[in-house]
Amino acid sequence: MTPRSRLHVPSPPARPGQEPDFSYLALSAPGAAHRPEVTVAAADTENLSKELVRVLGDDHVAVGPWNPHLEPPELQVGLRHMLLTRLFDDRMQRIQRQGRISFYIKSTGEEAVAVAAGMALQPGDMLFPSYRQQGLQVVRGRNLVDLMCQCLSNTHDMCKGRQMPIMYHWGSGNIFSISGNLATQYPQAVGWAMAAAIKGEDHIAASWIGEGSSAEADFHHAMTFAAVYQAPVILNLVNNQWAISTFQGVAGGERRTFAQRGPGYGIPGIRVDGNDFLAVYAVTEWAAQRARQGVGPTLIEHVTYRAAAHSTSDDPSRYRPKEEWKAWPLGDPIARLKGHLIALGEWSEERHARLEKELEVQVNASWKEAESYGTLSGGPALDPLTMFEDVFKDMPQHLVQQREEMRALLEAGTIDVSPVPLAQKA
Amino acid sequence: MARMNMVQALNSAMDVMLARDPRVVILGEDVGYFGGVFRATEGLQRKHGEHRVFDTPISEGGIIAAAIGMGVNGLKPVAEIQFADYIYPGFDQVVSELARLRYRTAGEFTAPVTIRTPCGGGIRGGQTHSQSPEAIFTHVSGIKVVMPSNPYDAKGLLISAIEGEDPVVFFEPKRIYNGPFDGDPHKPAVPWSTHPQGEVPEGHFTVPLSKAAIVRPGTVATILTYGTMVHVSEAAVRLAGIDAEIIDVRTMAPLDIDTVCTSVCRTGRCVVVHEATLFGGYGAELVARVQEHCFWNLEAPIQRVGGWDTPYPHAFEWEYFPGPARVAAALTKVMEAS
Ligand SMILES: Cc1ncc(C[n+]2csc(CCOP(=O)(O)OP(=O)(O)O)c2C)c(N)n1
Repeated sequence: MTPRSRLHVPSPPARPGQEPDFSYLALSAPGAAHRPEVTVAAADTENLSKELVRVLGDDHVAVGPWNPHLEPPELQVGLRHMLLTRLFDDRMQRIQRQGRISFYIKSTGEEAVAVAAGMALQPGDMLFPSYRQQGLQVVRGRNLVDLMCQCLSNTHDMCKGRQMPIMYHWGSGNIFSISGNLATQYPQAVGWAMAAAIKGEDHIAASWIGEGSSAEADFHHAMTFAAVYQAPVILNLVNNQWAISTFQGVAGGERRTFAQRGPGYGIPGIRVDGNDFLAVYAVTEWAAQRARQGVGPTLIEHVTYRAAAHSTSDDPSRYRPKEEWKAWPLGDPIARLKGHLIALGEWSEERHARLEKELEVQVNASWKEAESYGTLSGGPALDPLTMFEDVFKDMPQHLVQQREEMRALLEAGTIDVSPVPLAQKA
Repeated sequence: MARMNMVQALNSAMDVMLARDPRVVILGEDVGYFGGVFRATEGLQRKHGEHRVFDTPISEGGIIAAAIGMGVNGLKPVAEIQFADYIYPGFDQVVSELARLRYRTAGEFTAPVTIRTPCGGGIRGGQTHSQSPEAIFTHVSGIKVVMPSNPYDAKGLLISAIEGEDPVVFFEPKRIYNGPFDGDPHKPAVPWSTHPQGEVPEGHFTVPLSKAAIVRPGTVATILTYGTMVHVSEAAVRLAGIDAEIIDVRTMAPLDIDTVCTSVCRTGRCVVVHEATLFGGYGAELVARVQEHCFWNLEAPIQRVGGWDTPYPHAFEWEYFPGPARVAAALTKVMEAS
């Protein structure tokens, strides 16, 4: 028989009703991956891009050359940020279910990717996240009320009602505007970093992209520009195994790791246990030092698992086994850091429960305040006429005309502005 | 005949074509096992196999480029772009390649690709799940641009698009996937099962491209529209109490100029309605054609109603959406002018 070409269509190891199976994941022992100097040549990171940088073992002990040796107070701050991020997510999801916001995206199970990386960077470093790194906002001390007001499109919304929930931005906090269009932020972060280099500043840029989104050409643009100009940028690729219903193999992860793409472009690639707070902190610190010293960019693949649905519009029981999250071999980042702190004698179940209560109170109080600035169904409301602002710096004639047209319609009561119950979601 | 909503009608069109024509393949993000985020391809992979219906990487440029290559190699790809708002990474492949392949090779190479994509607002999707970018595509010579307004047309037009030899960008107004929407979000949603156009034959049939439909005959004015705005215009006619003819353009490019202009020449008054932003919008093309062909029959300046010229705001969806009140006001205005 003559061999013939045959279309290979990747399919995940398990679908609903089947046993979860993560045997495809290559795991290294904690402490096993070596830690090169930051001046390492991209070609010499081939191994790092295949192995998995891990610091925390199942015994909760930190081991190996990547141990960042953080002091317990710093670890406790990390735990607090991750826990707050999770509680905030849970609360916002419930609020969406009650029909009080139109949409939400949780980061459950992958909080360390944002929180540990955010903590390893400096406040002046510019962040270009995707929609699943709310932990960065928490790390930088953003008031939860601000985030909630954005989700509510109310009078305190930094986007003035123009964006769907979770599309935050924060100029003074150095966090760029989140885009609904996937991957666009990746090459933009490279451009920001190039500008820092042009201006001779020592701030660096960091961006995050999902493994699914890395199929967009923007990924290639970012890698090429970063490599060509040796831009001071950290390119994080969050491999949480799923992109809505398609598993990471559909994005190109079946035969090579995503981190391995780095050396192909001449950029060091590191594959890290994304649920290991210490490991994520350490590789970020390493990459930041590299960028700040003018050595160049780094690609970091964070291996994690999207424990929640893609968004509140999604039902993952249609495409993956319900029990997958429980079977995930790299555990839960919060439980792991908590276990580590307890093993160090620096934390306890009681303190954890107390912290959880305290943060719950904070989230509740924030929500109360946010609601007082208006909700989709009542309270103070933004002026609809503001929708014509910021299209351009100066409002052109045709928009002035349309604004006046709308003003007349509103005054005449022709446009019904009474609250609309949330329609069926896409 | 069966009762179908628009999603089921589109699914049925693809099902029929997969069964009839072995060259037809379906590709796009989440379209395989999952059946698409709007469920339009539900069950098709199970039924026709994963070589006919398959998931792609998240790369609209890749999807459209690969579809072109498949088309050149004898297949008839139907590519889904998850939201029209996400078609832009594939724009170069549409404009520079898909649209011009026949022309630049004097007919030697062609790519009969159909690109399906949900468009329009009304679902609280904000600026990246609400756009109506049809005019960006009607401006490109060499691609056909279609937008159905009901399940029957959706199925018949999609089959025509797939059977045709030219590339088609097929916009699906997602707000009317489940039922006709008259522009009043305060009213309870109406399902397609109660609408005559929700009756759809199970098997093969076509609705021709480039043929407009008169959805409501009328005598004193003509409303030119398409997609969701067909239903909004019907509500506006009731609201204004004016016996206007409503024409569903259905195919924006190439346009059925005869049906459009015959009606306007007869009624002498014209309102053009679309959900998309006005400036440089498709309505401008309709207005230009009407004045070319009907100038001496016009009794009043043509009115245009569309989305305000801003991105689609999340909070002010219903202030932004050109609802029946604004269409009725335009209708009243063309009637007042003399
Ligand atoms: C250009 C573009 N194409 C498609 C979409 C629709 N979409 C939104 S999220 C998503 C999946 C992204 O998956 P991944 O990058 O793995 O990130 P994750 O959601 O897992 O964090 C898709 C297809 C989009 N927002 N933008």
